[in-house]
Amino acid sequence: MTVTTKLKQITVARTGNEAMAEAMRQINPDVVAAYPITPATEIAQIFSAFVADGLVNTDMVTVESEHSALSATLGAAAAGARAMTATASQGLMLMAEIMPIVAALRLPIVMPEVNRAISGPINIHCDHSDTMFCRDAGWIQIFSENAQEAYDNVLQAIKIAENPQVHLPALVTTDGFIISHGMETIKILPDDDAREYIGAYKPNYSLLNHEKPITVGSIDLQNYYFEHRIPVIEAMQASKAIIKQVGKDFGEKYGRAYDLLEKYKTDDAETALICLGSTAGTAKDIVDALRAKGQKVGLIKIRVFRPFPVEDLTAALSTLKAVAVFDRSDSLNGYGGPVFTEVCSALFNSAQKPKIVNYIYGLGGRDIDMHQIEAVYNRLNSIKDSKDVGDIVSYLGVRK
Amino acid sequence: MTDTIEIRWHGRGGQGAKTAALLVADAAIATGKLAQAFPEYGPERMGAPVKAFNRISEREIRVHCAVEHPTIVLVLDETLVDSVNVLEGVPDDGTIIINTEKSADDYRQKLNFKGNIYTVNASGLAVKNIGMNKPNTPMLGALVKATGILDYKKMLDDTKHKLEKKFKNKPEVIEGNVKAIQDAYEEVKK
Amino acid sequence: MSFDPQKYTGALTVGELPEGGIWTEPGSSLMRKTGDWKTLKPVWDKNKCISCLTCWAYCPDSCIKIEKALNEKTGKEDVKNAGIDLEHCKGCGICAAVCPPKVAAITMEKAR
Repeated sequence: MTVTTKLKQITVARTGNEAMAEAMRQINPDVVAAYPITPATEIAQIFSAFVADGLVNTDMVTVESEHSALSATLGAAAAGARAMTATASQGLMLMAEIMPIVAALRLPIVMPEVNRAISGPINIHCDHSDTMFCRDAGWIQIFSENAQEAYDNVLQAIKIAENPQVHLPALVTTDGFIISHGMETIKILPDDDAREYIGAYKPNYSLLNHEKPITVGSIDLQNYYFEHRIPVIEAMQASKAIIKQVGKDFGEKYGRAYDLLEKYKTDDAETALICLGSTAGTAKDIVDALRAKGQKVGLIKIRVFRPFPVEDLTAALSTLKAVAVFDRSDSLNGYGGPVFTEVCSALFNSAQKPKIVNYIYGLGGRDIDMHQIEAVYNRLNSIKDSKDVGDIVSYLGVRK
Repeated sequence: MTDTIEIRWHGRGGQGAKTAALLVADAAIATGKLAQAFPEYGPERMGAPVKAFNRISEREIRVHCAVEHPTIVLVLDETLVDSVNVLEGVPDDGTIIINTEKSADDYRQKLNFKGNIYTVNASGLAVKNIGMNKPNTPMLGALVKATGILDYKKMLDDTKHKLEKKFKNKPEVIEGNVKAIQDAYEEVKK
Repeated sequence: MSFDPQKYTGALTVGELPEGGIWTEPGSSLMRKTGDWKTLKPVWDKNKCISCLTCWAYCPDSCIKIEKALNEKTGKEDVKNAGIDLEHCKGCGICAAVCPPKVAAITMEKAR
């Protein structure tokens, strides 16, 4: 993170949920339709107080389920509104039916989402199972390491999603309770600057424009479905460059630059961890501690999981000897977690690739401590020059 | 991590351990430091044991794992001392502040702890000033007096400011809380 | 996007389609001639028809044509049944079924 800020920003104490609600207040969406679910409840709850206090001009729609929440948000977006919602876990799963439709209709809905385990057993704490379950829904997925990133990412997600080359919905996630309910020091933009940054929304079409009637969501069989899916696929590919550009611009304007990946001390590293979300912060302190002992270790944080940053990852991994991929969910595919399998598939056609192992950790909110992360680096150190890597998939911190 | 102060709060659901941690972080940030506050959520209900944590530092705090070795522990309900290991991970030169009518000496033997023990009747001060057994805010006063981790006046101003937002229509609650903090600041004993 | 309905081939390519799978040309069903789908066709007897317009209300394909005609007795305009659009009628027979039995102005006959 660059320290130079060209603009006076306000330092405040905010939880992740408060930070996301704050960003929503500055975005001032036309419509928010939401249904409460732990640990994301506070986002819409705090936002509804902004509505009640007249701080935003939003039509707040309280609905009877998450399926309805996203359906109402979709309807509002198709009518030309800037529309948002928020959810987590089972709520996201209930939205899952509508999510690909939003993407196919090319509606730039931005949804703050709090990563939480999925049932069963019932659990309200952090892991990435819910978000990973919806990874192929055509939504951009941005993971936030802390409350600051949660705020910055929600603002950027609007710029990304509404870019005419993208026009795709975006999920911005934080880790349940760890970030959503943890208070941290963050910097926020003054309201006027935030509003200027966000700008006015120019919808591509509006269902309510009776001067120019259109059909939305028509049936599309063998003769057209394929042709209509291709632009969604191409938009997801094109969004990589836009996400990079938006992240770079944000850095130039406000001093905090973002990219698809964050590479932490990887330039001369031999081994590295790949992870998403709040664990990256903890791992950075371990990297510093191990580097102080002379070990060449680094960290790659995947900030954007959808689109998957194949090119950047293969380039970043080409100089490493051994890598551990941290997954806070299991694919239940009999072979590790979703991040691991995608990293492996990205690397398959590379000439230069490291040895690679997978750790599933932190399911259902199980804490990951510094000793565990350090032990993984120690293992990478021992396998980096050996032929046998041992177990490819391991489960960290589970009683067996 | 050595220049980061780590704090653990022990309380029971409803006593305001999480709120107290948030107030400490808020006050720390208001005085120009960087801070974290986070609860350990379990299946908590009113009266069940809960924990909350703080990290306070001059530098950016990046870690997001649980606090293992707090140097400061606050106990909002002294009956927890019998059911929870309130000194878990606390170094020998650490500090524990207990909400009790008893003296520090009473606890020195009971806890078998070499570090600093402070006691304050936070519940009594809360009942007296706020009219409710909400010991969390007076514990802030005791914390600042015992450890000096925050500027007393700035903490008081920031907490008052924060309470003014929350209890806009109940000025007596704000005054009571401020008085309870001031009393606890004076009365906490080693 | 804009395209000429007369030149519509039913095989637009990816680049020719509007974003989001929306359809921007209203009335496009006029282009789709479904009249040859039917096995039975409705036959309308202008002399029996009393223009109650029940068939017009029930027709699922909007195939009952109407016209306005001056009523010499009242001096006002009446809406009259003006026959059936056989280019789009699929021959479902609902019009014949709802035509009042005493009138029976529409009967279904073999289409081909």
